[in-house]
Amino acid sequence: MSQLTHEIREAARKLLRNKQAQLVIGFEEGSLPLRGRPCFIRKEEDVDRLVWTSFSDINVARYLAKRKEKVALVAKGCDSRALVELIKENQVSRDQVIIIGVPCEGMIDRPRIEAEVGHKAIVEVEETENRLTLKGRDFEKAFDRREFLYERCKACDHRNPVLYDVLVGQLVEEKVRESFPDVEAFTALDREKRWAYLAEETGKCIRCYACRNACPLCYCPECFVDTSQPQWVGKSTGLSDTLVFHLVRAFHLAGRCVACGACEQACPMGVDIRKLNRKLVKDVKDLFNYEAGVSLDEASPLATFCATDPDQFTVNP
Amino acid sequence: MKESGTWEPKIVAFLCNWCSYAGADLAGISRIQYPPTIRIIRVPCSGRIDPLFILASLQKGADGVLVSGCHPGECHYLTGNYSARRKFALLKGLLEYVGLEEDRVQFSWVSASEGARFAKVVEKVTARITALGPAKQLVKNVPGGSFDVAAHS
Repeated sequence: MSQLTHEIREAARKLLRNKQAQLVIGFEEGSLPLRGRPCFIRKEEDVDRLVWTSFSDINVARYLAKRKEKVALVAKGCDSRALVELIKENQVSRDQVIIIGVPCEGMIDRPRIEAEVGHKAIVEVEETENRLTLKGRDFEKAFDRREFLYERCKACDHRNPVLYDVLVGQLVEEKVRESFPDVEAFTALDREKRWAYLAEETGKCIRCYACRNACPLCYCPECFVDTSQPQWVGKSTGLSDTLVFHLVRAFHLAGRCVACGACEQACPMGVDIRKLNRKLVKDVKDLFNYEAGVSLDEASPLATFCATDPDQFTVNP
Repeated sequence: MKESGTWEPKIVAFLCNWCSYAGADLAGISRIQYPPTIRIIRVPCSGRIDPLFILASLQKGADGVLVSGCHPGECHYLTGNYSARRKFALLKGLLEYVGLEEDRVQFSWVSASEGARFAKVVEKVTARITALGPAKQLVKNVPGGSFDVAAHS
């Protein structure tokens, strides 16, 4: 059992025992290897279900909205950033959550590592420090976990929780602030190439809205894709409708997206969803000097304005 | 008058009630000539514009979209256009990023006293969109609809 798992269990046990929290949201072992599953612990005797692995990857801040009870949340860097945005948007009250902060060393890209063993059935996984051993019925293979992180985790510059009440483990070293090489490279392509790439990517979309459902910051009671009077976006999987869906989905997250990658991970079709989000993260940083989920005091960029905001894009005869 | 056989774009213009709509009105009552390419939709404020309005226009076959409001600092609701300006800056960048033809969606500020400016804005916007030709990228073909693209070609 890893040290972090042990410390998370102890922290959760203490909070439940002292009645400081009625519910602990964290991760447990999934029903298959290489999968973490969010779990909801209400009783002290269930605390030992909690674990911390390289697969505790989805954003658990998703499960906070509209809860009445006092909740303890096991939060890595991106979870805590989503939580900051939720608090700012008055979806969660700061007094209502106790944050068990977990410094994160990146999560493992399951599809990639599965491909590495030729998609053979994996029966058991062992994790020690930076080594990950996958065992199947007729094979055993060890990997350096750092080589199989999600792209978003490799680029992450907020691995430590930005806000916490209890910290487990040791804070990790933050990487140097990232620039946006991926966005710049894409912008440098010809317009037709960019359009063709996005047409191909969004062409895969089956409009299941898993990306929206997994997103910690998509909490509207009625999403624009579900309204029928007026029906703003068609339901088809044609290029026009899907692209408009993806554009507006990304736009609704402008200045709020914390780049946790929950959308992309939830996508069953492997659509490059973050492509659009990243552009908006960059523009919000460049134009309004704002980074989502970092501070509780700074106003959200689209909820405020400045008299000297950029204006060059307007027509001036 | 449109010469027969020449193509002319259809542009959806979202104009704010207090400035740009009045500016368009002034252009009209002053008998200022400008291309008859725009279809005006009056909105209470440029802050009312949801990116979906713009995208829906393009989907339904508009060749371009013009959004115009009061000059920054002159909003009837004091700050509506400041908020809109932030949204538009991000939207413009995003649409360009995905490879939509840049000039399809344009923004401007026109006050109620600027009838001549309104006419010039429409001229400029029309010239840019005419240069691009009929929109194809986001159009959903609705046969027989009021925006039937077949009628363009």
